[in-house]
Amino acid sequence: MVCPLSELTQNPQRRRRGDAVLDTAVHTLILVFCVLCLIPFIVAVSASFSSERTLLREGYSLLPVAFTTAAYDMLFSTRQIVDSYKVSLFVTVFGTVLSMVVTAMMAYPLSVKKLRYRGAISFFAYFTMLFNGGLVPTYMLISKYLGMRDTLWCMIIPVLVNPWNLFLLRNFFSAIPGELHESARIDGANDVRILWQIILPVSLPALATVSLFYAVAYWNQWFNAMLYIEDASKFPLQYLIMKMLRNIELLKQMSSQAGFAVDMSALPTTTTKMATAMVTIGPIIIAYPFAQKYFTSGLIVGSVKG
Amino acid sequence: MPQSNTAVPKPIPKQRFLREMKQNGFLYLLTLPGILFFFVFSYVPMGGLVIAFQDYSMRYGIFGSRFNGVDNFKFLFQTGDIWRVTGNTLFLNILFILFTTLMSVFLAVLFSEVRSRGFKRITQSISILPNFVSWTVIALFLDAFIDPTTGMLAKWLARMGYPVDFYANAAVWPTLLVFLRIWQGAGYGAIVYIATIVGIDPQIYEAADIDGATRLQKIFRITIPILKPTIILMTLFGVGRIFYGDFGMIYALVGDNSLLFKTTDVIDTYVYRMMRMLRNYGMSAATGMFQSVLGFLFIMVVNWLARKLEPDSALF
Repeated sequence: MVCPLSELTQNPQRRRRGDAVLDTAVHTLILVFCVLCLIPFIVAVSASFSSERTLLREGYSLLPVAFTTAAYDMLFSTRQIVDSYKVSLFVTVFGTVLSMVVTAMMAYPLSVKKLRYRGAISFFAYFTMLFNGGLVPTYMLISKYLGMRDTLWCMIIPVLVNPWNLFLLRNFFSAIPGELHESARIDGANDVRILWQIILPVSLPALATVSLFYAVAYWNQWFNAMLYIEDASKFPLQYLIMKMLRNIELLKQMSSQAGFAVDMSALPTTTTKMATAMVTIGPIIIAYPFAQKYFTSGLIVGSVKG
Repeated sequence: MPQSNTAVPKPIPKQRFLREMKQNGFLYLLTLPGILFFFVFSYVPMGGLVIAFQDYSMRYGIFGSRFNGVDNFKFLFQTGDIWRVTGNTLFLNILFILFTTLMSVFLAVLFSEVRSRGFKRITQSISILPNFVSWTVIALFLDAFIDPTTGMLAKWLARMGYPVDFYANAAVWPTLLVFLRIWQGAGYGAIVYIATIVGIDPQIYEAADIDGATRLQKIFRITIPILKPTIILMTLFGVGRIFYGDFGMIYALVGDNSLLFKTTDVIDTYVYRMMRMLRNYGMSAATGMFQSVLGFLFIMVVNWLARKLEPDSALF
């Protein structure tokens, strides 16, 4: 890193002092930003382990006030959280797999240069990013004409292919050297074998990256649930939180379901909300250290340009 | 563009199509599910825009509802709502683009000045983490800071003598939303700039060292100028979608709190409310169409300008 020649330049002492100041400033600023990033998580964890009464009296803080697991006890004694967890898991796992299959199937041909109509098909997909019908027609289509209301499908099928991810993956495929196809073709492999035995194996990191993008999007999705789902047993976790944000009624229902004595002042509404948030971001926090490198590399390799 | 094959006589289009299908049928077959998806969920709704010209009723559906010409649009512009929500959308998006870009570039430069790999890896991971938290969870987090009686920030401000009732004071929300946007997205946004900085030829810096440049000089004379095309491209991505409000963010944070609509109500939340609360489908579709058409024209102009001024930064 340090070029030996640089030490020949004038005033090395002053520069080294300047460097030290800059280094300190850089590290401090980064640390401050990271602390700010983490504080909300810490406050929320602490709140979820606090006693409702004390929290309401003393307010939120960095450490739990009057430590208790009451919020989690209440949360897990209800059917709702288990149902919602199942819904979120199903939508995420099944949705990601289905999205990946359809996206990769479409992305690969769009990267094959000999294909005559690939430009037209690319444009067909790209145009949807520039212009769309908007909320009302989509809503009518899905709820009235496709009959997806109150089904788990409405959280998967309408968002099956993300054009952004499609072009990301196509760019990955395009970056594979053409000689790889050519040599396989000379050896007599057909399109099916080239895709299955050459393209997909060398694209595993790319497939992992796009899968992660899809998985996070499915896990964090609540808009379609808000539009099309009324049956509480089909609420995904994120929509459960949305409901909790908007009405206290749901929490009351949940607690009566759990067989708690309905003493309104003792009902752990605030802390239960925080506990639900913790349970919801749990999988992301756990998977994060492993998945993080894909998020970073994915964005770098496939900058989307049509 | 189609190039005629010199070996065979120029075939008529239909023959050409059939031959292409015979040769590459498998590859086209692969694209079919995707094409079907885009057709059903993107192109069919475009046709559904006729609702904007109807007095749509849920009972009669799109084929049975009465057409009312441009009444929906007339009404839309008469109420003046459209100018308020369009104004908010543009204003908030400009703030978001400006501040997240600034902050992302700033973070990227900071990270590039760190030599310890361990420190860099851990802090960068932490800075990206908020990007993977949904806005609903962020809304819950926010409550812990701005709740009037228990929130940490609200309590602190009250103690300082500046009590702010966040859930009733629309004026503070643009600032608040910008902060949340930076918290959520600046670290993630920095990745693309960090990648550009990593790609800079180290010889440029070595040459600057020989000339006796300080690190600050190197940042301002080398790093930032090299980042310029990336900054322009990323800004264009944002500007291209300037008519689209971030529904997921705004609705999760503000919801139906009408006290805050003055500064936070964007086209997308307006369209949603018009449809779900007022059940005025025609008006809602008209507003959506207004947004789509304006957005489309705008991105075309932006791209045309980009291609003229900085061809490397054009979107398509």
